Amino acid sequence: MTEQEIFEKVKAVIADKLQVEPEKITLEARFIEDLGADSLDTVELIMGLEDEFGLEISDEEAEKIRTVKDAVAYIKGKLGA
Amino acid sequence: MRRVVVTGLGALTPIGVGQEAFHKAQLEGKSGVRTITRFDASALPVRIAAEVDVDAEAYLDKKEIKRLDRFAQYALIAAELALKDAGLEPGTLNPERVGTLVGTGIGGMETWEAQSKVFLERGPNRISPFFIPMMIANMASAHIAMRYGFMGPSTTAVTACATGSDAIGQAFRMIQLGEADVVIAGGTEAAITPMAIGAFAVMRALSTRNEEPHKASRPFTLSRDGFVMGEGAGVLVLEAYEHAQKRGARIYAEIVGFGRSADAHHITEPHPEGKGAALAMKRALEDAQVPPEAVGYINAHGTSTPVGDRAEVLAIKQVFGEHAKRLMVSSTKSMIGHLLGAAGAVEAIATVQALYHGVIPPTLNLEDPDPELDLDFVPEPREAKVDYALSNSFAFGGHNAVLLFKRV
Repeated sequence: MTEQEIFEKVKAVIADKLQVEPEKITLEARFIEDLGADSLDTVELIMGLEDEFGLEISDEEAEKIRTVKDAVAYIKGKLGA
Repeated sequence: MRRVVVTGLGALTPIGVGQEAFHKAQLEGKSGVRTITRFDASALPVRIAAEVDVDAEAYLDKKEIKRLDRFAQYALIAAELALKDAGLEPGTLNPERVGTLVGTGIGGMETWEAQSKVFLERGPNRISPFFIPMMIANMASAHIAMRYGFMGPSTTAVTACATGSDAIGQAFRMIQLGEADVVIAGGTEAAITPMAIGAFAVMRALSTRNEEPHKASRPFTLSRDGFVMGEGAGVLVLEAYEHAQKRGARIYAEIVGFGRSADAHHITEPHPEGKGAALAMKRALEDAQVPPEAVGYINAHGTSTPVGDRAEVLAIKQVFGEHAKRLMVSSTKSMIGHLLGAAGAVEAIATVQALYHGVIPPTLNLEDPDPELDLDFVPEPREAKVDYALSNSFAFGGHNAVLLFKRV
């Protein structure tokens, strides 16, 4: 999967879970500050990413994922490994 | 103690959205009962219910719709309707003096069913983090408080089918005692789900007149065979009289009495002689120091169950004696089914409208009156100026709650 493909899939999960317009979901966007997520939204978002990519993301790892870019990079690393 | 008046009505019902539409539909004798469309009910013994048709997106944003169980969505929509009807724009009130008390009989049933499926199929780590806040019964009040910034007392009532009346009665006390100047009060319910319909059906509580949905809710008739599940919400703006007067509000009616009791008898069956129900009616009258003879209309609990309707008629006769024959008694449930936790609130709206407009709403489907139940059940809408009206609610668990309203 290319980085662009991962980004597109991540974007779809975020749009569904946070109910935000897809154009707001840039690589730089921060989940809480820019996309309006609260603490429970971020839990649901991580679950959505786990389901989409067949991964398990630990709580410690999840805490470091704060932007769309963080998510894409993390997933790329996991899938590549 | 302070006087309390009703200044706003928010009705989200199976026969109309908004108090005007609801009022018009009652006088047309409309039935909201139909074959269930919300899910495939073909395998169930009961396939009818009174569903609400509302475009939630006209009132709530997409995220709210996703994050709120239907019962909380209905409460927010009805609250918005009630506040608009009361002419209360945000910013015209001191939000610290506004309380919220919208109860529910069951809470987030639909969410519960969906998430138990997730739990069983995919394990505990896949339960939605929103499951608890979507399901718990206090969330109707909480969401109304959050949406409008109301910081007065915020609580709930969970007394099954008496919830709506209980909530309004408790809100009445809050204002009487000076705890708040305005309370957004009522009930909400959204339990037309496979699990809830199935569960009430196995209790033999529901009508199985699947082939004639409009005729299924037929209180006080010989052929009544159970209640019809309804859904929706009723929210009233209750206000201290001076507060309403100062802002020149339209006053629909005054709440003057609230009576409660327990049957202390059985988990689901009413006391066979309606002892607890009679006690609650008596207490509502005593609370207001109004003699029984002053009452002209009773909006009955009237669920259309064989035992419930009989117990209610016996209770009315105990309280009113000879005057019972002169009373007009009608059942809103004949049109909208049984809204469980919302029933008392929607029926309080119907009662207030009857006083305000001088027209008594009818009981539908009185084709074969039960000769043992010999009161005036108002088969057609009737013009009548009534000074006092009662609204009755009796619940599983034996909770009884009765409100007494006065024409202003």
